[in-house]
Amino acid sequence: MKLQLPDDVLRPVARIEGGIRVSHNKITSECPVRRIEAPERVVIPMLQHIGAPCTPVVKVGDRVLAGQLIGDSEAYISAPIHSSVSGVVKSIAPVVTVGGRMINSVTIENDGLMEYDPSIAPPVINSREDVIKAVRASGLVGLGGAGFPAHAKLNFPKDVEIDTLIVNAAECEPYITTDYRECIENSWDIVSGIHSLIEYFGFKRVAVAVEDNKPEAIRVLDEIAATDRYMDNIIRLIVLKSKYPQGAEKMMIRTVTGRKVPPGKLPSDVGCAVMNVGSVAFIARYLKSGRPLISRTVTCSGSAIAEPANLRIPVGTSAKAVIEACGGYKTDPYKLIVGGPMMGFALYSDEVPLTKQNNALLAFAPNDKGIKRERACIRCGRCVAACPMNLMPVTFADKLKKDPSPQELNDLGAMVCMECGSCSYVCPAGKPLVQSMRRAKDIVREGMKK
Amino acid sequence: MSKLTVTSSPHVKSGATVTGIMLDVIIALTPALIAAVRYFGPRALLLAAVCCGTCVVSEYVSEKIMKRPVTLGDLSAVVTGLLLAFNLPPRIPLWMAAVGSAAAIIIVKQMFGGLGQNFVNPAITGRIILLVSFSQAMTTFTKPLGWTADAVTTATPLASLSAIDRGGDIAAQLSGGQLPGLWDMFIGNIGGSMGEVCALALLIGGVFLIARKVISPIIPCVYIGTVAVIMLIAGKGNFSFMLYEILGGGLILGAFFMATDYVTSPVTRPGKVIFALGCGVITSVIRLFSNLPEGVSYSIMIMNILVPLIELITRPHPFGFVKEKKEKKEKETA
Repeated sequence: MKLQLPDDVLRPVARIEGGIRVSHNKITSECPVRRIEAPERVVIPMLQHIGAPCTPVVKVGDRVLAGQLIGDSEAYISAPIHSSVSGVVKSIAPVVTVGGRMINSVTIENDGLMEYDPSIAPPVINSREDVIKAVRASGLVGLGGAGFPAHAKLNFPKDVEIDTLIVNAAECEPYITTDYRECIENSWDIVSGIHSLIEYFGFKRVAVAVEDNKPEAIRVLDEIAATDRYMDNIIRLIVLKSKYPQGAEKMMIRTVTGRKVPPGKLPSDVGCAVMNVGSVAFIARYLKSGRPLISRTVTCSGSAIAEPANLRIPVGTSAKAVIEACGGYKTDPYKLIVGGPMMGFALYSDEVPLTKQNNALLAFAPNDKGIKRERACIRCGRCVAACPMNLMPVTFADKLKKDPSPQELNDLGAMVCMECGSCSYVCPAGKPLVQSMRRAKDIVREGMKK
Repeated sequence: MSKLTVTSSPHVKSGATVTGIMLDVIIALTPALIAAVRYFGPRALLLAAVCCGTCVVSEYVSEKIMKRPVTLGDLSAVVTGLLLAFNLPPRIPLWMAAVGSAAAIIIVKQMFGGLGQNFVNPAITGRIILLVSFSQAMTTFTKPLGWTADAVTTATPLASLSAIDRGGDIAAQLSGGQLPGLWDMFIGNIGGSMGEVCALALLIGGVFLIARKVISPIIPCVYIGTVAVIMLIAGKGNFSFMLYEILGGGLILGAFFMATDYVTSPVTRPGKVIFALGCGVITSVIRLFSNLPEGVSYSIMIMNILVPLIELITRPHPFGFVKEKKEKKEKETA
């Protein structure tokens, strides 16, 4: 593997501290992305990102076109939502979404015509502000899973210099292969996206980061980096040791640039921006076509799925429809998960709409439980060694038994936890350590409110 | 579709379990048990059986009395019994072994809340309880004689070692004394506690545990290394003296199997170094300057008690915290 030599901007470190080795189970890596037929009905939640929910701008009975704006918000941290099909609005009502929250959603009956909004046109770009405006209008949110509105990510504070863009193709969660397919199938979109971003944002370096378990993606990304080798050598390929959670934003910045984002700070505070490889490719496509984000790639996999696959689905397609497109269930599923197995949400039912944020839908058979019998903590220290944020999960679990003060938990670093799940994964006693971290964070948040 | 299970993330787990870890420790102790049977006869096996049996029964009974869930399945009681047996002279009366085992489980482990809650190692404390209660029986060691012959009492190499006058010619005293050869020390053909004699078997078990990633090599390496350095200095650079000190007594057993006990050792890496360093220093000081020939048990127990303090000072800085503190300092100084 290529080891990138450090320069004045990038000082890659060998690997993250802590973290865990998980079995990758990327069984769909060689499945080309297949477009599924739009379902008869799409349910489009008005919250598909981190931030403020959108308000519907259509009424029941309206005919909407594919790509037409159906929800928007005045709030800054928010992203507009577009119809993914053409058809008639049947209802606007709260619906159970991934994660169990009831969210106001627009249900659209598909007329099967897939008629695009005629006003869709490539945006006119002359400046950085135009790019940010266009990205907002596209409805793009981070496609890696967290769903942070992309325009807010790109709107850097005026007084800081952002010298590095990291294009994140690490995809460290098991099973998921959407970024991998993006690299292989849409490599020229990625190139074009990177070049546009360099043009308008003036990054000194663009680091395309990928884990070393994806040789084919490395080959393709190396070609992408080579598009710049005879110009300024701005674009660099960084091959990272595969270790979960390498793809997490703070870990990524640490390994690629050697910088550490302090608690409560943003990547821009250390001069970095991190974008998912799929988001970069989408920006390129949007700048060319003006078609907003109304479909996305989802990996449908797991031991209970008959034919695991990578699918291009319209936003608002139900989990059930996606699984049916993969040949249905092989066996009765024991667990359904949206997102990766390390950080994803378990579903109560498969009648849940998938959104822009969701990169995977996994179904596990009963013999694939992932539940351990809970025993006494033997203080083996595996959770401490596994924590990429240098926390001591075992200490939090101990403290929580004794009604701790918010200050005490905050001093121990509770808010630094990103809930990556490494501690729970390694715990031989089967302790729900991530849950105790969440509880600790809640206590700190409640304490801050007072 | 049947009902779906909803749990909090992560939805996959590693294969490590408490029972699996304890089983690994038992497997790692097996070579030393075989060696003990080879040198001290079937009685070694009987002693191990009595200790394990008593531990298991004590755990069951005390958990029943205290109305706790019975946790025999985690095998930790078997490990405690086995380790305690390893720390006893092969000819100790069986009832004494049983008393020690019961004390280890009931007083040291269950009364403090069961597995994970004890602040000192049960097996080591069980041994110390026996040592202060029945010092005669606990310090009568027999020569390894094989299967049939009668037991002949002997001094342990450590007792002979502590008789050496370090002011005089150490090399002459080593070769002239009653000490067995270094090879016998290594393969265990010496007097001593049943499980501690065969360094070879213990090292095989220790390497197995490290290879299985059950224990980190930090504690055994630092512990034995510290003793080696101190003994080399105390022995005025005499290499054999150092080797006798390392191979004699319970150092290797203690360093690989007792000091590495998860519950009673620090969870942080720097903490492990400090802990092992402390064990090494205390062991050496006891062996060199006190009138006890052996100090492994005491040193580990003392360091066990210090673990909460060690963990407090070696707590890792959460990701990105260090920078903030530095900035604060800089501001203060500026």
